[in-house]
Amino acid sequence: MNEFNNTIERSRVPLTKDNFVSDQMVKWCPGCGDHAVLAAISNVFPKIGYKKENFMFISGIGCSSRFPYYVNTYGFHGIHGRAAAISTGVKIANPHLSVWMATGDGDSMAIGGNHFIHTIRRNVDINILLFNNQIYGLTKGQYSPTTPMGQVTKTSPQGTIEHPFTCGELVLGAQGTFFARVVDNNIKMMTDVMFEAARHDGTSIIEILQNCVIYADKSHGLITAKETKDEYQLYLKNGEPMIFGTNRDKGIRLNGTKFEAVKIGVNGITEKDILIHDQYEGDPGIHMMLAKIAPPEFPIALGVIRSAMFSTYDDLVEDQIKHYKETSPIKTVDDLMLSGDVYEIK
Amino acid sequence: MSKKSNIIEMEDVVIKFVGDSGDGMQLTGTLFSETVAIDRNDLANFPDYPAEIRAPHNTVAGVSGFQVHFGSKEINNFGDLCDVIVAMNPASLKANKKWAKKGATIITDIDTYDEKSIERAGFTNNPLEDGSMKDYNMILAPITSKVKEVLSPLGLDPKSMEKTRNMFTLGMVYYIFSRTFDTTFNYLDKKFAKNPQLIEANKIIIKAGFEYASNHEKLDTAIRVNPAKLEKGKYANVTGNVATAWGLLAASERSGRPFFLGSYPITPATEILMELAKHKSLGAKVFQAEDEIAGICSAIGASFTGALAATTTSGPGLSLKCEAIGLAVITELPLVIVNVQRGGPSTGLPTKSEQSDLYQALFGRNGEAPVIVMAADSCSDCFYAAYEAAKLSMEHMTPAILLTDGNIGQGSQLFRIPKTMDMPPINPPVAQANDPDYQPFKRDPKTLVRKWALPGTEGLRHRVGGLEKEDGIGNVSMDPQNHQKMVELRAAKVEKIADFIPEQKIYGDQDGDLLVISWGGTQGTVKTAVQELHKEGHKVGHAHFRHIMPLPKNTESILKKYKKIVVAELNSGQFVNYLRMKFPQYPMHQCNKIQGLPFFVADLLPTFNKILKEK
Repeated sequence: MNEFNNTIERSRVPLTKDNFVSDQMVKWCPGCGDHAVLAAISNVFPKIGYKKENFMFISGIGCSSRFPYYVNTYGFHGIHGRAAAISTGVKIANPHLSVWMATGDGDSMAIGGNHFIHTIRRNVDINILLFNNQIYGLTKGQYSPTTPMGQVTKTSPQGTIEHPFTCGELVLGAQGTFFARVVDNNIKMMTDVMFEAARHDGTSIIEILQNCVIYADKSHGLITAKETKDEYQLYLKNGEPMIFGTNRDKGIRLNGTKFEAVKIGVNGITEKDILIHDQYEGDPGIHMMLAKIAPPEFPIALGVIRSAMFSTYDDLVEDQIKHYKETSPIKTVDDLMLSGDVYEIK
Repeated sequence: MSKKSNIIEMEDVVIKFVGDSGDGMQLTGTLFSETVAIDRNDLANFPDYPAEIRAPHNTVAGVSGFQVHFGSKEINNFGDLCDVIVAMNPASLKANKKWAKKGATIITDIDTYDEKSIERAGFTNNPLEDGSMKDYNMILAPITSKVKEVLSPLGLDPKSMEKTRNMFTLGMVYYIFSRTFDTTFNYLDKKFAKNPQLIEANKIIIKAGFEYASNHEKLDTAIRVNPAKLEKGKYANVTGNVATAWGLLAASERSGRPFFLGSYPITPATEILMELAKHKSLGAKVFQAEDEIAGICSAIGASFTGALAATTTSGPGLSLKCEAIGLAVITELPLVIVNVQRGGPSTGLPTKSEQSDLYQALFGRNGEAPVIVMAADSCSDCFYAAYEAAKLSMEHMTPAILLTDGNIGQGSQLFRIPKTMDMPPINPPVAQANDPDYQPFKRDPKTLVRKWALPGTEGLRHRVGGLEKEDGIGNVSMDPQNHQKMVELRAAKVEKIADFIPEQKIYGDQDGDLLVISWGGTQGTVKTAVQELHKEGHKVGHAHFRHIMPLPKNTESILKKYKKIVVAELNSGQFVNYLRMKFPQYPMHQCNKIQGLPFFVADLLPTFNKILKEK
């Protein structure tokens, strides 16, 4: 398990939630899932323990992107789709900051898709909260790249005819090193996963299945409803078997090259047949399968699906700079300007 | 060894090396210019190459050129017409004979004039035989066969032999201008250190070219170009793009702000990114982004953290960056945007130059979004202009667009190397930790500049962003009165920069019949044209603008002093219309060229003379 990155200075005094409460009025709709995410962030920042000035929140455009105004850190509310690019610049320029980003399914997977995949590919050490409510909320209800096919929205009155992205599949396809999924009505789960994301070196994507009460209410209903959630949530824990179900008697096993949801005790299946979760595995094969499974055939995988160790872009930048500062004869701009062919007039 | 019977002295010479894209013309030209620099001539170089990497062999589309203008006098442009042209094949002759002065010496490889090549080049008849070149001193050298003849004993393969053809021509021009081989031989020793046979072959061929020229009856006149009277100091032959990179690094060092570049490759700006990427030892962080937008957005992020942040691009790239420039305007963060202009619209003429992005720089954003706009006037000035743009941007907390262009960006000039400590100091308004009075948009009453509060600093947590903010406290505000106030404040802040830039200078007559106005990379040629008018006895002044937004404070008082005004620019009239908008009471003539080419003195003089004559 990775330890906390020691490039970021820790707070000398214990911090509390109150250190991160903003004086701004929170203007999300009553009942919006975003409120719970905000609660989880104010839980986890004191726990992470960096100096409060070393946190930075960056966002794009959309409901979730108002986040920086509602948490008391250094904050930057960017433009649509570009938060990942802004965050990349922040982290490269100052690796001593803990960089957090709030974005949505449209902001990151439609208009900002290019920045999203390339940030992940480079493995820049930033933590991305991706609020996936499968709809464009702030523009009042148009379909997004994650809206299920066939859904009627303001811009798909006859139903969408687009194949939606699965966020995790996109992240892992872009060589993501950290992917987690949480539900917006479980603050404890969100807090724990955010803590792990902070500890991960590299781009951490937390997909939050977030409910838009106005334009796509209950789009994650089957997964989040009290009556059905235990049947449809597979909350992954590293080193533990992939077991789920109201009676915790169901699990995932590998049948040939495919996943199979099975019941323990039926047809001679025992707990030994159930796959053990290894979030640190470098090979993304099983992680990809976990990212893709969904109801009704399967539960949805929650928690940290992948947390693999690879070099980060920002570390490599620092390494190169350190190396050349030590070895190059060019120490100043004057050295540089005199380093080529120079003709002197006396 | 010289059999030259006559020597003529020339103040300046324009020579152009042209050939197929793979003929090594850029190298030949560079080696020649290094030799003349060592010999203390002032110089300016201009590479002229196609947009394709290797266009079809022996076609006009594939012709690549390198022009060197050198002299014993101050050289401030790339030269109009050529005194000497080296044309490696029929296509390069076809594409370039229009640039030859009457009587110019044209060296060409007669071995390449077979029927097929002549036809591929687009000639109907062999130009060497149909009398069409009778006005020129044609040197029909059998370069291909000479090279084979000389190198065959060395056992070189035919391809390697053919690759030395350019060196044969270099030897020939060294003879014409009585130059030595030392600089070029040093280069070859380094370049082919691992292949002594190639060093030997190239040296033999240069000598063979020299020898061939010395025996040529039509090359009996040597051209002498005496050393220039350059100011004391150390000089480097640098392109405008490299000078731009150095200027940014110097500003970073002088301001104490770490350097960050977020850029995406684009012709003709890429060399700035490439140069900066080399200098990790200076702490420069250079990020090649996934696109133009990520380039500028990463720079904005870096700027928020306290870096001197820049992004470099050319026309179409600037279009992609427009929304983000607005973000830097409203967040009031420093940012240097370098636009090395090229021919547009759209992909346009990627390797050719133009001054047609001025409107885009001034107005190309949604909302009211004023930024600093500056333009470098020469390759060397790219250093000073980049430095000044960075200084103004940081000290006034607002983005600055620096316009250069393909000509000065990729052309090179002797650059007198300054000392960084002699550059003006840069004092960014960084906020102090735990400042109890800190507010994100609290302003210096004199300059209207807000403070730069860097993440990580105790006691200054705050938020900025693309939504309109309340003046002072910086909360999101949709208040109508506040919005008007903020729009006006941002504009006034940029206008006040006029107090911190030099007054506009006039070259030549300080009042008189005609004021010639120009801006950007055309300075040298326009100045030369004005000098011609002086020789003809006209009372003419020349105002060359480097500062466009804001304009120098004395701009109007200059306009007043002349009977007529003409604005010369490489577009259809963007600066003149900007001036007309600002100063509608002054009628202005215009002189425009939109061909992807620099101005030539010959383009300007007829227009200027006509305006002078008109009642």
